[in-house]
Amino acid sequence: MAVLPTEYGLLLAALLFALGLLGVLVRRNIIFMLMSVEIMLNAAGLAFIVAGARWGQADGQIMFILILTLAAAEVAVGLALILQMYHRLATLDADAVSGMRG
Amino acid sequence: MMLDLLWLVPALPLAGFLVLVLGRGSLPRPVVAAVGVGSVGVAALIALLVAIAFLSAPPPGSAYTQVLWTWVDVGGFAPQAALYLDPLSLVMMLVITIVGFLIHLYSSEFMADDEGYGRFFAYMNLFVAAMLVLVLADDLLFLYLGWEGVGLCSYLLIGFWYRDPANGYAARKAFVVTRVGDTALIIGLFLLFATLGTLDIQELMQRAEQQWPPASGFAVAAAALLLGGALGKSAQLPLQTWLPDAMAGPTPVSALIHAATMVTAGVYLIARTHVLFELAPIVQSAVAIIGALTLLLAGFSALAQSDIKRILAYSTISQIGYMFLALGAGAWSAAIFHFMTHAFFKALLFLAAGAVILSLHHEHDIFRMGGLKERLPVVYWSFLIGSASLASLPLVTAGFYSKEMILWETWASGSAGGVLWAAGLIGAFITAVYIFRAVFIVFFGEAKTAIGHRPGYVMIVPLVVLSVFSVIGGFVELPPSLGHVPLFSELLAPSLPRDLAPEPAAGAQLVLLLVTSAVSLLGIYVAYRRFLQDARPFEAAAGAPAATTLQRLWFEGWGFDRLYDRLFVRPFMRTAQANRNDVVDAFYEGVALANRSLHHLLSWTQTGRVRWYAAGIAAGAAGVVALAVYG
Repeated sequence: MAVLPTEYGLLLAALLFALGLLGVLVRRNIIFMLMSVEIMLNAAGLAFIVAGARWGQADGQIMFILILTLAAAEVAVGLALILQMYHRLATLDADAVSGMRG
Repeated sequence: MMLDLLWLVPALPLAGFLVLVLGRGSLPRPVVAAVGVGSVGVAALIALLVAIAFLSAPPPGSAYTQVLWTWVDVGGFAPQAALYLDPLSLVMMLVITIVGFLIHLYSSEFMADDEGYGRFFAYMNLFVAAMLVLVLADDLLFLYLGWEGVGLCSYLLIGFWYRDPANGYAARKAFVVTRVGDTALIIGLFLLFATLGTLDIQELMQRAEQQWPPASGFAVAAAALLLGGALGKSAQLPLQTWLPDAMAGPTPVSALIHAATMVTAGVYLIARTHVLFELAPIVQSAVAIIGALTLLLAGFSALAQSDIKRILAYSTISQIGYMFLALGAGAWSAAIFHFMTHAFFKALLFLAAGAVILSLHHEHDIFRMGGLKERLPVVYWSFLIGSASLASLPLVTAGFYSKEMILWETWASGSAGGVLWAAGLIGAFITAVYIFRAVFIVFFGEAKTAIGHRPGYVMIVPLVVLSVFSVIGGFVELPPSLGHVPLFSELLAPSLPRDLAPEPAAGAQLVLLLVTSAVSLLGIYVAYRRFLQDARPFEAAAGAPAATTLQRLWFEGWGFDRLYDRLFVRPFMRTAQANRNDVVDAFYEGVALANRSLHHLLSWTQTGRVRWYAAGIAAGAAGVVALAVYG
């Protein structure tokens, strides 16, 4: 079985992370922003897996499981906030929620 | 023992003040008058009893001290609220209570129609209490309490009719100008305490004599600072400008505060601390020179006034100038003698003037009076007696003996005595002219204003009593050439050093006495010719341009008001105007402004857009990582 070079894996993780960040920064729909955050989390998880495979250690996979649960919790809180937001402001536009402007 | 009652003398007027203040508005007028006049009257009675006890059995050292309580006691500084009775304070106390009582009695009718009746007597009682504290205090700090107390009452009573802004202005002017002197006085007290470690007057004088060589720097500074205080209170050059304006107050106030008692506080202070002045001969000569200058300047100003009260005000300044002249010449008891006779005849003059003013519907201008001789005979005679005493009409008036004593001892006082004596002599001539000018214009000639209120018995009694005092008050001290009865100076001998005048030398003294008498008679004659008889020869001279300019200058009191206005008032007002928005405050405003703009700058980044924050976090994280990797 051909072994993927570590660099490739890390590069993919970095690309995914950048795509996710870009999504957070450019999308105005808050659901897409939440999904982009998920992508960023998964990119970080991928980086852990690759690093764990590189060093032959199980730590990377443990961290991935941690990130998975963290992401689940984050989605739960995030969706609840989004529901509230839609309930109150009747919009999903993140820029419209600027009541705390200084 | 009778002397133990001493504390009642200042306490009674104070109690009267408290009753009147607390019962303000609810006490009926007769009660107000009874409390106001009665408290001072009883105080005068007690003062008389104390005086009799003191004179019949003088306490050891001719001084009696009554400690009331220790004021404070911190770090060796323990000023006491103590009363000190020696012949000097005895004379002051008697004059204040007796003249004060007569003036209170007079006021009970004079102020009868005034809505502020209770307020008036409250202030007057407070004044008498403060003045008694001033003269009886054993401690300079206690004296200062009385000193400021009389200043406060003077302010309150000058501005008594406060609805007229001019009166309030006069009151403020009096307060501010005397404050200049008061500041000097309190600095003097600080200096004395810092160098000699006590403010107890007797102790202080002893230590000063022991520790300071004559003419040493500290002695000169302390004497000069005390003199500053005396100049302000006694309206002497250069702080004399407030007294003529102080005539805005009711006439009894002018009689009590601005003629008989408060304005002579400076004379008392200098006499009380005479040891310091003897240690500082320069300052003592300054006292004499200031006195001589003041008596001349104020005398000339009195010549040109048309307001009867202003004539008397300038006359008061001038007569206190005589007292300063005497103090400066070392004629201590002569100064106090003149204080006493002046209190009698000047209070008399003011009260008589008040009766005239009241009966002419508050007319002050002497040129709108006239012909009052027949219509107000009692007032006429009392004013005439007061004027004669002021002009030192020879032999029969009190003012003659006191002024003669001052002039004689000034002459005998040393090298500069001749010049000072000449100034006093010219002053005596001017005095006779200006006061008889007032007499002839007010009481002779044709009537110009109808008579309103005629003085009743309550006003007449004080006039008569003071007239009697103004005549017989001088017989307690007769000069060497006229029987030599030095009762008064012997009485004062324990408190004040014997006057410097060489022993009897009756011949020279008689010559000076004749000169003085001739000069005052000449002054009266000139006034008679000018203002009662043929005025034409004088009018030719008076019409000259130089004469009118001079007369205007005198009328304005030598332009001191204008000078001070230019020198102090206007620059101060301009500075105040420029500083309207508080220059110092601008710095703190600046700090606040910087904070506020920084705050705005930072709050501008708080857009409320979650994507911006995310971008900020990402950029920050990238920065931190870059720093960790490449840094």
